[in-house]
Amino acid sequence: MILIHCPYCDEQRPEIEFAYAGQAHIARPVDPDTYSDEEWERFLFIRANPRGRHHERWRHSHGCGRFFNAVRDTVTDKFETTYKAGEPRK
Amino acid sequence: MSGYRLPAGGRIDRSKPVAFQFDGKRYQGFAGDTLASALLANGVSLFGRSFKYHRPRGLLAAGSEEPNALVSVHRGPGRFTPNLRATNVEIHDGLNASSQNRWPSLKTDFGAINDRLGMFFPAGFYNKTFMWPRSFWDRLYEPAIRKMAGLGDAPTEVDPDNYAATYAHCDLLIVGAGPAGLDAALEASGTGKRLILIDEQDEAGGGALADPALWPWLERSMKALSSAANVTILTRTTAFGYYHDNFVGAVQRLTDHLPANSEAPREKLWRIRAGEVLLAQGAIERPLVFDGNDTPGVMLSSAAKIFANRYGVAVGKSLALMAVHDSGWHDVFALKKAGVGIAAIIDARDVVDESLLAEAAALGVAVHLNHSVIGVKGRHQVASIEICANGNDVRRSIPCDALLMAGGWTPSVHLWSHSKGSLKWRDDLGAYVPDQPNENCRSIGACSGDWDFGTGAVYDVLPTPKDQARIKAFVDFQNDVTAKDINLAVREGFRSIEHIKRYTTNGMATDQGKTSNLNGLQIASTALAKAVPDIGLTTFRPPYTPQTFGALAGHAKGALFQATRTTNIDGWAEENGAIFELVAQWRRARYFPKFGEDMHAAVNRECVAVRNSVGIFDASTLGKIEVVGPDAAEFLNRMYTNPWKALEPGRCRYGLLLKEDGFITDDGVSARLAPDRFHLTTTTGGAARVLNMMEDYLQTEWPDLNVWLTSTTEQYAVIALQGPNARKLLEPLVEGIDLSAEAFPHMAIREGLICGIPTRLFRVSFTGELGFEINVPTAYGRALWERLMAEGADYGITPYGTETMHVLRAEKGFIIVGQDTDGTVTPYDAGLDWAVGKKKPDFVGRRSLARPDIIAVGRRQLVGLLTEDPKMVLEEGAQIVADPNQPVPMTMIGHVTSSYWSETLGRSIAMALVANGHAMLGETIYVPMPDGTHKAAISSMVFYDPQGARLHV
Repeated sequence: MILIHCPYCDEQRPEIEFAYAGQAHIARPVDPDTYSDEEWERFLFIRANPRGRHHERWRHSHGCGRFFNAVRDTVTDKFETTYKAGEPRK
Repeated sequence: MSGYRLPAGGRIDRSKPVAFQFDGKRYQGFAGDTLASALLANGVSLFGRSFKYHRPRGLLAAGSEEPNALVSVHRGPGRFTPNLRATNVEIHDGLNASSQNRWPSLKTDFGAINDRLGMFFPAGFYNKTFMWPRSFWDRLYEPAIRKMAGLGDAPTEVDPDNYAATYAHCDLLIVGAGPAGLDAALEASGTGKRLILIDEQDEAGGGALADPALWPWLERSMKALSSAANVTILTRTTAFGYYHDNFVGAVQRLTDHLPANSEAPREKLWRIRAGEVLLAQGAIERPLVFDGNDTPGVMLSSAAKIFANRYGVAVGKSLALMAVHDSGWHDVFALKKAGVGIAAIIDARDVVDESLLAEAAALGVAVHLNHSVIGVKGRHQVASIEICANGNDVRRSIPCDALLMAGGWTPSVHLWSHSKGSLKWRDDLGAYVPDQPNENCRSIGACSGDWDFGTGAVYDVLPTPKDQARIKAFVDFQNDVTAKDINLAVREGFRSIEHIKRYTTNGMATDQGKTSNLNGLQIASTALAKAVPDIGLTTFRPPYTPQTFGALAGHAKGALFQATRTTNIDGWAEENGAIFELVAQWRRARYFPKFGEDMHAAVNRECVAVRNSVGIFDASTLGKIEVVGPDAAEFLNRMYTNPWKALEPGRCRYGLLLKEDGFITDDGVSARLAPDRFHLTTTTGGAARVLNMMEDYLQTEWPDLNVWLTSTTEQYAVIALQGPNARKLLEPLVEGIDLSAEAFPHMAIREGLICGIPTRLFRVSFTGELGFEINVPTAYGRALWERLMAEGADYGITPYGTETMHVLRAEKGFIIVGQDTDGTVTPYDAGLDWAVGKKKPDFVGRRSLARPDIIAVGRRQLVGLLTEDPKMVLEEGAQIVADPNQPVPMTMIGHVTSSYWSETLGRSIAMALVANGHAMLGETIYVPMPDGTHKAAISSMVFYDPQGARLHV
């Protein structure tokens, strides 16, 4: 069971306290109507599947309840870092 | 092999005799014996029958690597454990064990015919032979094979034992309490670190337990560690898996070694998080591969030493040793000194250390260098061995009753590999050893390749002048894999060791190849003419040894398997005979049968009562979210399809929630209590999901909005009072709320008191009748319910359950998200266009409603169905076709989502998703079901009171 550092609680906690929430840094468009069907399809469905560093979102569901971002290596399953929502991509 | 108890020695307590049974026969051992050592001491040599050929097998080892001596232990009804290693089973008074995979008895096993037919059972035999016809596989081949080839029987009764579980945290976890582990523990115990020391055996010591010279040191060490407050010692505990971030799973066996069954937990699962892990698991001796190496009495050299020195048992009266490693010589010297007869030492090497030869000479032990064992005589036990000079067909026979094998050592890198630490090959050891760690972990002692019992040579198969195709030289004893099988796999084109493993099943038995993996690798390496590191190593996965399901399940069984959520009113429902169903994790009353009623009779009665007078329903499980803040209306406006900003305080609105892909994910009626406060309701199953989704948008997309979301599902008990008499019943009980139609219209909320209890009173209806949903603080739920039941007696108030609720809502065409929708249904598909705010610039899912696939023709749309035969109730989930006479497979145009008998309408009603359904009103479709094809007409979904006259009264 992985340990995950919650950047809000500033605590290393077991994985069962957290919920995965998909790829990070995909902001919802401010004006979706200006998006073509293809652009909207990309926003909705198309996600990266890297071998290695992956930017992803987690929620400290059974803790502070906050969503945050993380960089995890998809090969080793090791977390490189976690950081608060709204902070620039690491 | 004719083992016997040595007159002295061992760690057994000779003053405490222990009586036990094996295969129905009574034996006696001593406290401290394992089943293996006690049976050996009684002269037993035959312990089991092999998996495939049913060959007679004896003990190979003395520890958890034992592949042959698998036994079943019976501890009374339901307490049956198959496939235990006799070497790990501690005897106690009354122990009842039996051998496996034999019929009718261990000595006379009819399945042994397989051994005579061995030439017909090569690697991949089952895959090659039982291919045709397909139908024979399920009916004939598989049952027959399973009956013949097998391990112990699976238990058939519910396990009555209890199992405990705990979490533990430490700075240092040491796995293995042999000399290396104990040394490390002694060193660390002085530092004040929180330390856990684990060992799978009944006492700490590991290899030192078989070395009497180390016993004084062992006693001192254990005394020091036991008295250290920072040290936890767990014996009879197997660290079976090493997971991410130094998380180690271990099972502690608590009561199996005790004479009587108790209510105390049988085993305990430890989930240990360690700062650092030290692996000191030791090494496992390798068998040698030669013809007849599975005859009972052929065993690991180290095992014979353990049986003599630890248990005071000689494995035979005259022992021969086949060695390629110095350690075997030392074992034999120790055995000789303990009084065990030694027939000869045979070593395949032509040169060994002078000191070994000198000691052998001093002890009067005959030595044959540059020789190999090429055959074993004896079926149920060794009678003699045939040896031959290497490269020179000069054979001779040596009488003996046991043959020891010293094939070198395999470091136990299992846990290291679980942790994804890398391995490196060492030619000199013929083994993989730990290289780079992947966790904060070190490997010490023999499991790192570090030992002091000499050196050896590495052989794949011992040299023999015999025809390789005619010998039975076993590599994997438990799965009956021979050197020939591995060579065959290579000849048939298998190149990767992972494929060779699966084709031959080498290393795939319950022992997971502890004694066979390296020999299999060496043989494959020779056959492929490639160095071992170039053909790889199969992956070690947890568990290290098999563990019980009971230990892994722990408390999570029966009623504790999953939490059951109950409402404050649940107890009343139970006392009043409710039949329950689970909805998400909630236990909900499905219907309340009166004497003799089946579900349909009860539901019909409940439905009629609601339509004609008044029914009462526990709606407490509805998800509830309090949305508070100056931007609350703006937030809901962005989340839901409907407009929220203009909703006046005191009014309610049906809210429809989409995911960003445009599909319905939840719905519910919500009320505005104040300009900055909303009381949201969600579906029972959707509460947590909806709150998570709203938090997601609030925290990450619109953090500028000043809104707070709080789950209030469990803060309110909710009682729905539905029916034409609902108002009359409520009126005298309510204070501060004008219930008149003018003052309190449909879809409104008022706050006040009911029976003196503060309430949020909704005037809403999921039945189509005049109705109220009374929210009171949870603790008052049952009291209010009972009061309403008493006050409502005059109106024949009728409690109803979820089944009646479903019928009533279906009569009105109200959807259930998740039943009538399935994650592919848009508001338009569901006929809920009216709930979509056309003028709103944006809401979650809005853009997707314009996607090409969503606006395309031919989507499945929600409609009503009226069967031609009004008595026919369609099956939910049944498929719908346009033409019942088309050839199979038919083109399916939709399916039935909801279907009920409506007592009110005197006929069946159904809802269905049908392609282009909205344009097919009145058209006929067909529903093929097992009892025939049924004709139905597409209709409106609102079957009852389409004008809503009954609501607005």
